[in-house]
Amino acid sequence: MKVLVPVKRVIDYNVKVRVKADQTGVELANVKMSMNPFDEISVEEAIRLKEAGTATEVIAVSLGAQQCQETIRTALAMGADRGIHVLHDGDLEPLAVAKMLKAVVDKEQPELVILGKQAIDDDANQTGQMLAALLGWGQATFASKIEMGAGEAKVTREIDGGLETISLKLPAIVTTDLRLNEPRYASLPNIMKAKKKPIDQFSPADLGVDPAPRLETLKVEEPAKREAGVTVADVAELVSKLRTEAKVI
Amino acid sequence: MSVLVVAEHDNSDIAPATLNTVTAAAEIGGDITVLVAGSGSAAAADAAAKIAGVSKVLHADSAEYANGLAENVAPLVVALAAGYSHVLAPATSFGKNVLPRAAALLDVQQISEISGVVDADTFVRPIYAGNAMATVKSSDAVKVITVRTTAFDAAASEGGSAAVEAADAKGDAGLSSYVGAELSSSERPELTSAKIVISGGRGMQNGENFAMLEEVADKLGAAVGASRAAVDAGFVPNDYQVGQTGKVVAPDLYIAVGISGAIQHLAGMKDSKVIVAINKDEEAPIFQVADYGLVADLFEAVPALSKELDG
Repeated sequence: MKVLVPVKRVIDYNVKVRVKADQTGVELANVKMSMNPFDEISVEEAIRLKEAGTATEVIAVSLGAQQCQETIRTALAMGADRGIHVLHDGDLEPLAVAKMLKAVVDKEQPELVILGKQAIDDDANQTGQMLAALLGWGQATFASKIEMGAGEAKVTREIDGGLETISLKLPAIVTTDLRLNEPRYASLPNIMKAKKKPIDQFSPADLGVDPAPRLETLKVEEPAKREAGVTVADVAELVSKLRTEAKVI
Repeated sequence: MSVLVVAEHDNSDIAPATLNTVTAAAEIGGDITVLVAGSGSAAAADAAAKIAGVSKVLHADSAEYANGLAENVAPLVVALAAGYSHVLAPATSFGKNVLPRAAALLDVQQISEISGVVDADTFVRPIYAGNAMATVKSSDAVKVITVRTTAFDAAASEGGSAAVEAADAKGDAGLSSYVGAELSSSERPELTSAKIVISGGRGMQNGENFAMLEEVADKLGAAVGASRAAVDAGFVPNDYQVGQTGKVVAPDLYIAVGISGAIQHLAGMKDSKVIVAINKDEEAPIFQVADYGLVADLFEAVPALSKELDG
């Protein structure tokens, strides 16, 4: 069974994001970039399926600028077998990404695609669901446990009220939540080995997809700032302030 | 303009998140229709008809909608969407699961988790864990939108008298099936709609210590939440998590106990009206967003807080 794992290059989760002065977006120049944390969880899960003998090949795919190849190399260093890069400079929205991933799926015929539930840059939480729709496959979003069976996958999902388990016919889409696994760090020998693993490159046109955005970003602003608070000396002062000043209890 | 709101419900009651979504629909303008897709869900459809501002309820009642599976609900939304300028759902685990699937089938780029309506085509939404606010304009024929429920007041659950109309079911897609659920049960208010929330972080040290927070919560009528660190460590279940990828809350009072304040946590609570932080590390970033900060050992401060509330 082939497993496809889409990975996105995003601003590292530890970086304090700054809005550009001209309000066209956020500052990306000289900012540390990393693999979207949820995608690391996807890569880890796919590799574990391979180690368990369930998966035969793990393919990492990334869409975007040339530097996305670094993100693919990270997945290869973790243990993915080969990479696919769809080169495109400029913004990509989830619908266009899902269409291009569908073209890759049509070509590669994986039985399982594991995606992060959301990317920590645009916080859209759409691509997996959209890809499932375009392929006409079942979807298990926000997964905290995946059990592969014959022709089906049983997936536990993190939902607002607790946990829910659903069963999907294969092929299927799974999107990962935080508790699915703890991603490994790539070892130095594996980082060296990853440099020799193949990465195929395509353009959106090769895949027959128009990547033009549907949404126009009119402006990007700083959120409203909170006013500085006060330090209270003890619990008694805290409760008194909450009662008489803030009037919230 | 006409707005279709996909209701979240449990077949008998309408989820509070649906009420916030109706308010977002009212800000867009035009007639509001609520879709209730369920099984044995007549009570939920009747409840939807009573929501103030709703002009019609479409009720699709069939076995395949019993558990809200996206593979079954999305084609129904797609079949109905043609008559509407906007399709909205709450940005809950239900709406986030179903609506992008419908959007892709409609060939629409969804706008996720809006926090503001500028006009019928233009919306404000948080990006980068709320560290930036983007104003985006859609050129799609139908706007498909999920709504950040804390950014909109709840519509009144009584006062409306909409007509309930049956909608044709679309059948079981046969792609997925519901196996079961383990839902947390609590007598306390629901986290996302509670007026007061008290959350614990890694500083709580273990799950048993959350009993201290529960004691305070019960005195205040509060819900109990947690940071990702506390959930990852297994102190409390996943549905307690407040943050960028957990629940977003905006209560009147948020009390953060033993939480350092990573940006991912702040994303889920920084729109609270009043924030209290209790942490022994005075350098903790949580103090930068707190209205009232108490630098103290939580194992002394929380029992003292509980006692003080009796006074």
